Amino acid sequence: MKRRAGRLTPILYVGPAVLFMVVYQLYPAIHTIILSFMDRRSETFVGLDNYRYVFTSSTMLRAFRNNLLWVVFFTAGTVGFGLLLAILVDRVKYESLAKSVIFMPMAVSFVGAGVVWKFMYNYRPPGANQIGLLNQILVVLGLEPKGWLLESPLNNFALIAVGLWIWTGYCMVILSAAYKGIPAELLEAGQVDGANDLQLFWHVIIPEMKPSLTVVVTTMLVNVLKIFDIIYVMTNGNYGTEVIANRMYKEMFQFANTGRASAIAVVLFLIIIPVMYANVREKLKGES
Amino acid sequence: MKRSWLWALSFVLIAALIVPSAALAQGTVTILGVWGGQELEVFQRVMDAFTEKTGIKVQFEGTRDLPTVLETRLAAGNPPDIAAIQGPGQMHQYAERGALVDLSKHLDMNNIAADLGPAWIELGSHGDGFYGLMIAADLKSLVWYRPDQFAAKGYQVPTTWAEMEALMEQMVANGDTPWAIGVESGAASGWPATDWIEDIMLRTAGPEVYDQWVNHEIPWTDPRVREAFEVFGKIVLNSNLVYGGPVTVLSTNFGDSVNELFTNPPNAYMHRQASFITSFIREANPDVVIGEDVDFFLFPPIKEEHGNPMLGAGDMMAMFNETPEAVEFMKFMASAEAQAIWVGGLGKLGTNNKIDPAVYPDDVTRAMAEALNSAEVFRFDGSDSMPSAVGSGAFWEALVMYIGGEDLDSVLEYIENAAQEAY
Repeated sequence: MKRRAGRLTPILYVGPAVLFMVVYQLYPAIHTIILSFMDRRSETFVGLDNYRYVFTSSTMLRAFRNNLLWVVFFTAGTVGFGLLLAILVDRVKYESLAKSVIFMPMAVSFVGAGVVWKFMYNYRPPGANQIGLLNQILVVLGLEPKGWLLESPLNNFALIAVGLWIWTGYCMVILSAAYKGIPAELLEAGQVDGANDLQLFWHVIIPEMKPSLTVVVTTMLVNVLKIFDIIYVMTNGNYGTEVIANRMYKEMFQFANTGRASAIAVVLFLIIIPVMYANVREKLKGES
Repeated sequence: MKRSWLWALSFVLIAALIVPSAALAQGTVTILGVWGGQELEVFQRVMDAFTEKTGIKVQFEGTRDLPTVLETRLAAGNPPDIAAIQGPGQMHQYAERGALVDLSKHLDMNNIAADLGPAWIELGSHGDGFYGLMIAADLKSLVWYRPDQFAAKGYQVPTTWAEMEALMEQMVANGDTPWAIGVESGAASGWPATDWIEDIMLRTAGPEVYDQWVNHEIPWTDPRVREAFEVFGKIVLNSNLVYGGPVTVLSTNFGDSVNELFTNPPNAYMHRQASFITSFIREANPDVVIGEDVDFFLFPPIKEEHGNPMLGAGDMMAMFNETPEAVEFMKFMASAEAQAIWVGGLGKLGTNNKIDPAVYPDDVTRAMAEALNSAEVFRFDGSDSMPSAVGSGAFWEALVMYIGGEDLDSVLEYIENAAQEAY
């Protein structure tokens, strides 16, 4: 009796999880891959046609270019500012207040943030009353108002700034915890050996925080590759701001082209897999 | 403790899945539509009248993202009984897929033919079947202006395109800006400009070529399509002719741009928009009296031989589930009784010709109804009739690109590429 229960227990524990994974993750993924080789209504096999569209159409190429912009500037921005703030707030008395304020945008939904920032960037012609904060500041300074969301490539950076506003706090909180986890003796030992602040930062703090940094960087990479809400709400990919996920949404739900949407999904999936792998591996290492 | 809580949660979840479908079993018709706010209030009155008459309950679900929701529910095999769809384009797509119920099997088509003009029946037909019921129409070929301002400045309402061009020149010479245009509309940005192109196309190329264009029998790179874009471009790309220039056009919401007519002095003198704009005017300027302070004239003819065709759109309903309750509801929506509530409350124009003109809320609406009925040629909004990848995709995007300053040839090629795959 006892031995049989022993053999059954792992199946009982893992079974439901495996079942859910197969039904909700594995099956849809395989199905999507099959659909990506079929036409818009998933009726006939079309070979690589959908992938040809993904890799050659001007719209998709622009989306790839913009996603690359996002990957570089969003990831560097959130992690860079997050790290800087994590170290800076550690040195002030009102640390928890500062952290709460910086973390707060995380509590706003992306759609909400998009709507709010659309007002921030609002454009009215010169001479009219400006509603948008940024253009009002420009006007007060005696400059012409700017179409923040219309002028490429400025608009891509205006959108990335919204992403930074939302996610920097998250990076800061995790990195702050990792920073506090560095043993004080280690930093003191460095100081005794004559390292200045910058040397401490590069040769002690960064190596000590490397596991957390890897997790934060990979999490941000996955986030940014899937970026959708901000673009959908603020420009819908117009004015040269299209990204991969927004195109996928349009093909699927607005144009009812299941084949193409699936092909885009598969490509996005393939891009994300190595990042996910690094992320999971680092998390497992941290646990063991 | 924790486990019992989990049990309770799963019970609630399962119950939530089962109960709604059970409630739908008898005497109910489900309807999906885009309506909210005032439109929903009026549609509620229509639904109440239906329930009172037949005892059948109506469950209305509103969404601004109707194509997405409808597509998902169709894929899940759980469509609403009836949906208020975008227009003939969507109707053809769904009918082609076999998702729609042929209404001619259930409605008395002789009655329908007597009540609705042939144009409305033709719009709702696909192959041999009748799938889309137009319950109301909007007129689009309208230019809104302020009679008092026109009188004060000595401007005359133009009746030909030559007069329109002279009027624009006169305004610019006076230091006034002729047009207010706004094409921003969230995820649908660009659509207000498609109406401009359609109105111009009808008048420069004529209704036959317009139909060929909508059905993609001529390419987007055809010189006649190009000409329509150029006529629009002459206005929209010229900062003297449109308030604030192209950047303002792109960043102004379609519902806000009409307000430039009501500043003091006016930022602009004319606004081309469908009949529904009156509700936006009223909301932003409660003191304005429609018909006195602001009125409309018809978008003038451009080439004499094509006359003055009317562009419009409307509310179309289609049936996805063949239930007796849904059939009853469609019958009701075709009647003058139901339409009178709907058009009377919203200032739309009815398709049933037995509607008493007295139900229209004001003289402006009566004048529009008259213009619609007396039009020699009526055409449905072209972008609503095209496949969605073009009509609510590439066409919108292309106009945003064109107003943003991209080269016209590459813009037209962009739509042509999308069209070649979509038709």
